[in-house]
Amino acid sequence: MGFTNSPDRTPQLASAKIVVAGGFGTGKTTMVGAVSEIPPVNTEAWLTQASRTVDPETGGDGKMTTTVAMDFGRITMSEDLVLYLFGTPGQARFWPMWDDLCRGASAAVVLVDTRRLDVSFAAVNYFENDSDVPFIVAVNLFDGEQSHDPADVRDALQLSPDVPMVACDARDRRSVVETLTASLTHTMRRTAPPRQGRAEDRRAVH
Amino acid sequence: MTVNPWVRPYVLTGGRTRTRHRLFVHTLIAVPDYDPGYSQRLPPEARALYERARSAVQSVAELSAHCGVSLGVTRVLIGDMAARERLIVNPDAYSSPYDPRLLKRVIDGLYELA
Ligand SMILES: Nc1nc2c(ncn2[C@@H]2O[C@H](COP(=O)(O)OP(=O)(O)O)[C@@H](O)[C@H]2O)c(=O)[nH]1
Ligand SMILES: [Mg+2]
Repeated sequence: MGFTNSPDRTPQLASAKIVVAGGFGTGKTTMVGAVSEIPPVNTEAWLTQASRTVDPETGGDGKMTTTVAMDFGRITMSEDLVLYLFGTPGQARFWPMWDDLCRGASAAVVLVDTRRLDVSFAAVNYFENDSDVPFIVAVNLFDGEQSHDPADVRDALQLSPDVPMVACDARDRRSVVETLTASLTHTMRRTAPPRQGRAEDRRAVH
Repeated sequence: MTVNPWVRPYVLTGGRTRTRHRLFVHTLIAVPDYDPGYSQRLPPEARALYERARSAVQSVAELSAHCGVSLGVTRVLIGDMAARERLIVNPDAYSSPYDPRLLKRVIDGLYELA
């Protein structure tokens, strides 16, 4: 089979990507696994060699190699459409890798655990400040153990008012599908060309 | 272009750092006309990628993961084989990942899953 993407033929073979970010233990691997048709491929098996130095020729600690923990899943939606989910590696020192994973992404989901909000601060900061990829925050409910006021969570995360926040159960397929859909819907709204009357809507709010 | 820290062993790639094709981790790769003779002549990493790509259309990340070849090396080797038209890099069907037509297709696909 080939890729025959002529402009007049629709639909065309396409792949899309959603990034799942958040601190350690917030449920990234669980979320990817809940919807993926392949077991989440964990990169600890991938054995990617990462290095802190950006120029291998300078030596330095370029010899340091480490295993990078991130995972991805795949959902084949039709013969000509595949959705990939990429869980980000947690550690901040892998931020250049986050850039790589986020390049070309349609949306991002930042998972938070309300008992340990701080572990997701870095991810929220990244998408607020260092990335153009539209994102939403998903509170992983962990059996409903969390019982925090969404407004407090927003406050603690210092989330912009225009970033949607949803609740989810990372183990539940339907819940994960809803979360992913919410992230794409957010992207659609965020990136839609301004429509007539929008400026007036804004004024009316203030 | 920022330098990717997913370091490539220089022996494998001859120090090449760029490829003509845009290779996102989710970019799809296919083999147009499988050629066993060509496969035989390839070094092990390239052969593994070529053989794997032949089995089904899949992403750069899947090829890298399943062949145990680091992402950086995978990108370079795919770029080389694509330049020789041994692999096809799926052209981006949409100019932007935010193209509403793409977003709508994915949203519809997700609804079908639920
Ligand atoms: N009870 C419960 N456990 C969860 C949920 N999501 C994740 N977990 C568990 O929390 C732990 C960390 O989840 P994991 O997906 O590995 O987090 P990651 O580090 O972000 O990839 C694992 O033991 C999961 O089984 C959830 O919604 N409810
Ligand atoms: Mg994990």
